[in-house]
Amino acid sequence: MKANCWISPNKVDVTDVPDPTILNSRDAIVKVTSTAICGSDLHLLDGYVPTMQKGDVMGHESMGEVVEVGSGVDGDKLRVGDRVVVPFPIGCGACSACRNGLWSCCENTNPNAGVAEKMFGHPVAGIYGYSHLTGGFAGGQAEYARVVLADVNALKIESDLTDEQVLFLSDILPTGYMGADMCNITDGDVVAVWGAGPVGQFAMDSARVLGAAKVIAIDDIAYRLEMAAGQSYETINYSDTDVRSTLLELTGGRGPDKCIDAVGLEATHGAAHVQLYDRAKQAIRAETDRPHALRQAIMSCRSGGIVSVIGVYGGFIDKFPAGSWMNRSLTLKTGQCHVQRYMRPLLERIEQGELDPTRVITHRLPLAQAPHGYDIFKHKQDHCEKVVLKP
Amino acid sequence: MTTDGLHGERPTASLRHDPLTRGLGWASAALGAPQIIRPGAVARVLGVDDAPRHRLASAVVGAREMVAAAGLLGRPRPVWLWARVGGDAMDLTLLGRALKHHDGRGQRRTEFATVATALITLTDLYAALTRTRRSTPMELTSTTTVSGSPNEVYEFWSRLEQLPTFMAHLEEVRVTGAGRSHWRAAAPFGRDVEWDAETIQDIPGQRLAWRSADGADIPNAGEVRFVPAPGGRGTEVHVRLAYDLPGGALGKAVAKYFGEEPTQQLDDDLRRFKQVFEVGEVIRSDGAPKGKQAREEFPQHPARPLSADERKEAAA
Ligand SMILES: NC(=O)c1ccc[n+]([C@@H]2O[C@H](COP(=O)([O-])OP(=O)(O)OC[C@H]3O[C@@H](n4cnc5c(N)ncnc54)[C@H](O)[C@@H]3O)[C@@H](O)[C@H]2O)c1
Ligand SMILES: [Zn+2]
Ligand SMILES: [Zn+2]
Repeated sequence: MKANCWISPNKVDVTDVPDPTILNSRDAIVKVTSTAICGSDLHLLDGYVPTMQKGDVMGHESMGEVVEVGSGVDGDKLRVGDRVVVPFPIGCGACSACRNGLWSCCENTNPNAGVAEKMFGHPVAGIYGYSHLTGGFAGGQAEYARVVLADVNALKIESDLTDEQVLFLSDILPTGYMGADMCNITDGDVVAVWGAGPVGQFAMDSARVLGAAKVIAIDDIAYRLEMAAGQSYETINYSDTDVRSTLLELTGGRGPDKCIDAVGLEATHGAAHVQLYDRAKQAIRAETDRPHALRQAIMSCRSGGIVSVIGVYGGFIDKFPAGSWMNRSLTLKTGQCHVQRYMRPLLERIEQGELDPTRVITHRLPLAQAPHGYDIFKHKQDHCEKVVLKP
Repeated sequence: MTTDGLHGERPTASLRHDPLTRGLGWASAALGAPQIIRPGAVARVLGVDDAPRHRLASAVVGAREMVAAAGLLGRPRPVWLWARVGGDAMDLTLLGRALKHHDGRGQRRTEFATVATALITLTDLYAALTRTRRSTPMELTSTTTVSGSPNEVYEFWSRLEQLPTFMAHLEEVRVTGAGRSHWRAAAPFGRDVEWDAETIQDIPGQRLAWRSADGADIPNAGEVRFVPAPGGRGTEVHVRLAYDLPGGALGKAVAKYFGEEPTQQLDDDLRRFKQVFEVGEVIRSDGAPKGKQAREEFPQHPARPLSADERKEAAA
């Protein structure tokens, strides 16, 4: 089959690879009908995530039709012919993490848990197409994909919603939603979101749905800010505005009650010297992540507020504003999304029209053009916000 | 524990089949028996007179030889070889004293016996020095918490035959009788290591302890404790393994196998135990298709589906 593979930093390529097969008895094989490129894939493309190997199949946002199930799959839950969305973290449903809703911290699904433990202190769940640190599972930017423990890791779609309406239940919609959910939004809250990429857009929509009085988008890409403005969110372009003072102005000097970092480790900075400082440290491995958005979110948040981090960090950061965080009683919350916890309630919200995930899609490409898709998504060309690939 | 009796020297298979050790055992028997049965005759052969104190000395030496023979032939350990060296020193002292106070009759026989004993002493010393293995104790501990009651987890662990499904280095475990089992481990240096184990404690829902029977290449012992986690949050499984790594090539190879962080492998084994208990099987990925050997194979197979040939190889 054809699959989009990681070749080396800054290079992915669509090549022929063997078809996936059942490796564990509760596996299923899915014929992929839609799959997407995520901001997290850019961290892999750019070489910021260790343990990628030449030939790794990319992709963790996929859906399709079940064409084969292993002998151990519960037939009441999943059968050949079912249409499913595949959440990106692989859960088991049986360990204490899964049973407490912490699916992306599953204790059982990462064959390389020992390696992840070295890096993070404790292991993390398996994730499709997301390095060997998270298990070395082939991703879904391919014609077929293997789903592990398929009876707990596939969301059956039984209504006639289109692929584009439900595809993002695999990752970015639950992720954005979790970013807002962690904010414990109450009446009158002002929520600021760093990053107007697809994840940030869904964090904004979710904050609105969860009752935020005002939502503010922060980015430096004009067309992405316009997309947010189109939903009547306030916008701040950090390349030509001082973010903190603008936020104070927009909140009567209080600062946003809740701040969401939807940027992660590759943040850029409006001031060239600050950007250069962290970029240089990253290059010499004195820090692995550039935390501009996180620093700014902490400094801007009102005292006693919540900073919710859904942008991905991989290693270590420098100049963490611990004083601001500690002295002003801030709460920091974070996590890889526990997709399985949110996908059913969010499917209902889509069915009821409360959320329209299709609004972020700007490009639909055949799988063969995946490298081009990565290119325009990474370099913010052609007003690219979200690329959906059709195998 | 400390692993119930692994410490101290242990009889080993190699000594049991060692011609020198066995030869010395038989020599002890051959020398000891006449000294007990016919002490007078022995005294005469040695060229000392048949005085009662010489007879008594001969009988004592004879008894000592018989003990050494029983040890060397029955439960061969280096300590018996050292006992022989000690005995030789005692004999040389006696013979030396006999020579000093000799009345001349049969002096050549005493001199001959002294030279012979000196030669035997050298042989014993050589055997004792070369057969004493400086073994290194190695103790590994690891723990995990699984969702289940101590009884369920204990029951699961007690099915020894399935230990190889999650313990990386185990090839096979066979229950051979009540409280007895035979274990086979793949060693990375081209040879299997096998041993019999006996259960030394079995308290359902609480503790299992075992140790290798006499003759294991790598004497070992272990225990698993099943402790309820606070607040009903499952069962803590505490494992402790102790190995007596022999000196020489085998010991070196095993030490290397366990690497700089020997507990890592046990940690991984327990992780997989948890998988099998909670999920039903060891999870495989394209990068770690064998499941069991995940960490040893870095860099791994790429995270792309395996070809038919690669699958066959992974299954082998
Ligand atoms: N937690 C999770 O489970 C999860 C899931 C999916 C994605 N993510 C992460 O979320 C982040 C966003 O994903 P995406 O798909 O929207 O990616 P994206 O790259 O399209 O969006 C990131 C946006 O952040 C903007 N940005 C860069 N520096 C900034 C700064 N200093 N301040 C404000 N904005 C800044 C960029 O211009 C870009 O528009 C990534 O880090 C991704 O890895 C996390
Ligand atoms: Zn993603
Ligand atoms: Zn789990």
